[in-house]
This record gives sequence, structure tokens and C-alpha cells, in this order.
Amino acid sequence: MVPLSYYLLLSGFLFACGVVGFLIKRNIITIFMSIELMLNGVNLSFVAFAAHWHALAGQVFVFFVMVVAAAEAAVGLAIIISVYRTRETLNVDQVNLLKL
Amino acid sequence: MRSRPLRSRLTDLISTLGEEATALPIGIFILVSVIKSAIILFVLLTAVAYTVWLERKVVGRMQNRWGPTRVGPFGLLQPAADGIKFLFKEDLTPPHVYKPLFLAAPLIAVIFALTSISVIPFGNSIRLFGYDIPLQITDVNIGLLLILGVTSMGVYGVALAGWSSNNKYSLLGGLRASAQMVSYEIALGLSLVGVLIQSSSFSLRAIVDAQGGRFLGFIPRWNIFHGQFIGFFIYLMAAYAETNRIPFDLPEAETELVAGYHTEYSAMKFAMFFMAEYANMVTVACLATLLFFGGWHGPVFGPPLLQAVLPVFWFVAKVFCFLFLYIWVRGTLPRFRYDQLMDFGWKFLLPLAIANLVATAIAVAW
Amino acid sequence: MNFHLILFLAFGAVCVGGAVNLLAQRHPINSALSLIAVMAALAGEYLLLGAEFVAAVQVIVYAGAIMVLFVFVIMLLNAGEEEETKGSRVAILFGVPGMLIASVLMAWVVLRHSGTEAVAIGALPGNPTDLAQLLFHDFLLPFEVTSVLILIAIMGAVVLASKPDSTAGKVE
Repeated sequence: MVPLSYYLLLSGFLFACGVVGFLIKRNIITIFMSIELMLNGVNLSFVAFAAHWHALAGQVFVFFVMVVAAAEAAVGLAIIISVYRTRETLNVDQVNLLKL
Repeated sequence: MRSRPLRSRLTDLISTLGEEATALPIGIFILVSVIKSAIILFVLLTAVAYTVWLERKVVGRMQNRWGPTRVGPFGLLQPAADGIKFLFKEDLTPPHVYKPLFLAAPLIAVIFALTSISVIPFGNSIRLFGYDIPLQITDVNIGLLLILGVTSMGVYGVALAGWSSNNKYSLLGGLRASAQMVSYEIALGLSLVGVLIQSSSFSLRAIVDAQGGRFLGFIPRWNIFHGQFIGFFIYLMAAYAETNRIPFDLPEAETELVAGYHTEYSAMKFAMFFMAEYANMVTVACLATLLFFGGWHGPVFGPPLLQAVLPVFWFVAKVFCFLFLYIWVRGTLPRFRYDQLMDFGWKFLLPLAIANLVATAIAVAW
Repeated sequence: MNFHLILFLAFGAVCVGGAVNLLAQRHPINSALSLIAVMAALAGEYLLLGAEFVAAVQVIVYAGAIMVLFVFVIMLLNAGEEEETKGSRVAILFGVPGMLIASVLMAWVVLRHSGTEAVAIGALPGNPTDLAQLLFHDFLLPFEVTSVLILIAIMGAVVLASKPDSTAGKVE
């Protein structure tokens, strides 16, 4: 038996790690991975609340989050590839010009 | 005092993970599980070793050679000799590799290849000492998804091996492998959905049970005779690609890439990739048998002992047929070009799989 | 200590370690591998919560497909270690304390406002049959809309990642 708050703490910690990774990382791929980490933290709290309230709908929301994450990963990585093709760098600090 | 609630909780836990704990007391359940795991691992590794022997022998005959003949009668001890050779060879680690991942990659490949056997049932349950023991390590009701998940994790072994070797041939092999496996995984997954719709369960045991009986008294009610012929075709093609076998063995195409992702590996680390590849072949053959060819269903007759053994025999015989087909194809077909491979996966297999899924859904709903 | 808690802590430790390692590593491929570990451990947590189908999909979709894409792109672009820049120093200066404050605040709120009633193992059987009923009946419209979303994502990815060829006109 694990209290619900433990699950929420873990989920909050993962989300916070995602936020801080988003802020401190300079590599555009790692920044993108931090976003995935945030989504995973949210998913955990969805599933924990679903078990807590005996509402299966919480698990259905996880699917929608996963679909969005998959779509986001596909488009985001395509953007990363096209950015790399034009700028030849993955560092976000060097991708700050609006024109080439 | 403490052991009782822990034990009951453990039973609760295991009954959520597998469904057989209700029939057995927890101590015996753990004992039986350990014994089953050891036996199945032993059988699987032996099967892997002798699939290699079979492949060398059969391909040799197809190319008008003898294959291994020296070690033991018909070269039957060749796998043992190979194993000893792998153990005693020098284990080179080139200086320019990224060491942690270079060491981890073969482990990842072989661990995930061996894990997927754990939910595959080999036959009905047998009765021993008054307990019903299913011939399967564990029957989870998401068994098929578990296998798909584990095999999709197996890509990392190949991809990381290619990347960490720091060698252009390895990198190209790793890139090809990850792109190929991700592409064909979609067709593979969709080809199974038709079977899932017909049997309405993810549990492999339930899928096999749904295939019992006959049409018109003599045609077995296997899924392949039950509208899933196209599904089987797609599965077969995608499975060749997933296991990196000819005609889809571009990740290790020796004429272009030296040896692909395992160019830099030697001795036991190379043997692990080898074992992973053949274990994956065995898993894929088992899955084809279970999903499309009725698993252990077949004519059962004779005295009780024979009746207990025959289902397992039919299962093994069907798996053997698939392994033979693999080797036959290897001895026959040339390799695809990479753009042909991608076109075939995305523009032919995927639409065909979706069409098969829609057709099955309409047939079942009607 | 009960068995559920031990398992929760074991999977949770992998999650926490993986998330911290993601931040600590400088090479993107190491970060990607730690993220895969986090996702696999989260699948374990889902199993503890009885969400077996979600756990399987987590492994197949997240760990097996999305992260393979990440690793593929890292390999394709041959991404190296990230270098220190002025931006990264400023970010660390503000980001790490900010996260600490946010986590403490969040932990305080969670511990204060949520009850201590426990969630039992398998309290809610998330078996595929019930989930399918919900997904294809109650949530049918959102489900269909996600298919449009995926279609758009596929087209977007193809357009963005394909090489600009001579017929399409070069981007200035």
C-alpha cells in the first residue's frame, strides 16, 4: 500500500527535472527530451489519480498524451534535422538569428 | 508473524501480474517458476546453437557442399566447438570506441532477445503432483504486447553497437538497422491486429485456445485458414526484416559494410549478437506458430503419456518448419537495395496491413 | 515496509536516478539512455497501479518508438558533447535554484492537501477490454481527432525533413 502522495511526489519530481533540463540544457535534442520527461511525469499522476478515484478515464488520457508526444517527437525531430541542415549546429544559443 | 501478510501480499501481487498463482501455493509457485525458467532458457539456448548448425548444414547442401562434418557425427558437436572457441578467443576492445556503450550493447541485445521467450506457451498445462502447471513461464493477459515491447527495445542493442564502435561501417549498419526495425515494426504490429480481433484477447494462451476445432471436419481452425492469410504474409515479411535476415539483412550486409554494426566486436561479445539474432528468430517462429498456425493444436492420440507429449511435439514441429523456411529463404533470395526495402515497407506492406485490418474488422462485425 | 512500497521505491529510485542523470550528462546519447531507463521504470510503476495496458503501451510507444527516433537523430546528426556557453551558465544560475524552490513548493502542497489513503496494487484493473470500451465509446470523438493530428504530424515531418529539391524552389 503506497499513499497517493508518494506517486504525486515522484511525478512532480520528474516534471521539475524536465523543467530544469529544459532551462539549463543547450543541446536542442536534450531540451526536447526534457519535454518528454515532463510529459512522462504528468502521465504518472494521471495513472495514479485514475487508481485513486477508480476512474479508468485517467488511463485514457495517458493515451492521448502519448499520441501528442509521438506527433510532437516526429515533427520536432524533423525541425531539428532541418535546423541542423541550415545552421550546422545543435546549440540553441547559436540558433538565434531570424535569417541566415 | 511477519511472513504471513507478506506472503499474502506477494500472492496478490503475482496474481495481478500472472494468472496462475491462484492454483498454486506461493512457495511452490516460485519454485516451479524458477525451474521452468531454467529449463526454458536451457532449451532456448540449445535451440539457438542447433539452429546455427542446421543453417550451416542446410545452406551447405543447397550450395552443393557438406557443411560441418568434422566434429562429432554429422558435425553435431560443432555448436559446442564454436562455443569453446568463442570463450577462448581474445576479447578485443578497440581504443577508439565509446567504452560504456560498447560493452553494454551486446548485453542489451541478448537480454531482450532472451526475455521475450518468457510469455510464450509451449503447450497445455500438465498435471504434476496434483498441481496444474502450465507449460509457459508466465501467462500475462497482455502477453503479445509484452513481446512487441521487448522486441522493440532490442533495437537499442544494434543501434548503440553501431554508434559506440566509432566506425563508419558500424554507424551505417546501426542507422540502417534502427530505421529498418522501426519501419517494419508498424507493419508487424498491424498484421497481428487481425488475429487479435478474431480472438479478442492479448493473451497468447487465449489466442491459441481460440484456434481449436476444425472446419468441415478436416481443415484445422487455424487463423491462417480463417481469413488471416494476408496477415500471415505481412507478418512473415516484417519478421524477416525485424530479425535482420536475408533478404532484409542490410544492417550487416557484408559486401557493403564489412559486417555492419558488429564489425568491431570479437569473441564473446560477438557471440552475444549472434545468439540474440538466432534467439529472435526462434521467438518470431514461435509467435508465427502461436498466432497463425494454431500453436500446439494437432492430432492427439495414443496412450496417456503420448497424449501429454504430442501437443508439445506439434508446437516444436511447427516452429522447426519456420526455422527451416528462414534458412531456405537465406539460401535462395538475394538482398534488397535500401530504397527498395523502405519502399516495400512503407508503400506496400503498411497499406496492405491496413487493408487487411479493415477487411477483418468488417468481416467480424458482419 | 510492505512489498508494494519496496517495489514502488525500487522503480522510483530508477526514475529519480535516470532523471537526475539526464540533467547531469553532457552527451545527448547518455541523456537519451537515462530517459529510456526512466520510461521503463515508469512502466513498472504503472504495473503497480494496475494499469497493465498503459504499461505495455508505454514500453512500446515511448521506449520502443519515440526514443528510438531520438537515438536515431542523435546518431544521424552525430551530435557531440554540448559546450558551455554564456546562456548555459545563466540558465544554471537561475534554473537549478528555481527547480529546487518549485519542487519544495510542490511537495509541500501535495503533502498538505492530499490524504494519506493508500492505493492498493491492482486497485483499478486497467485491462484492455474495459479501456477499449471507454476509448472507442465514451472518448470516440477525441480518439478520431487524434488520428487527424497524427496525419498532420506525418505530413509535417515529411515536409520538414525532406531535402529541399530543385523543383520545390530553394528556401531563401
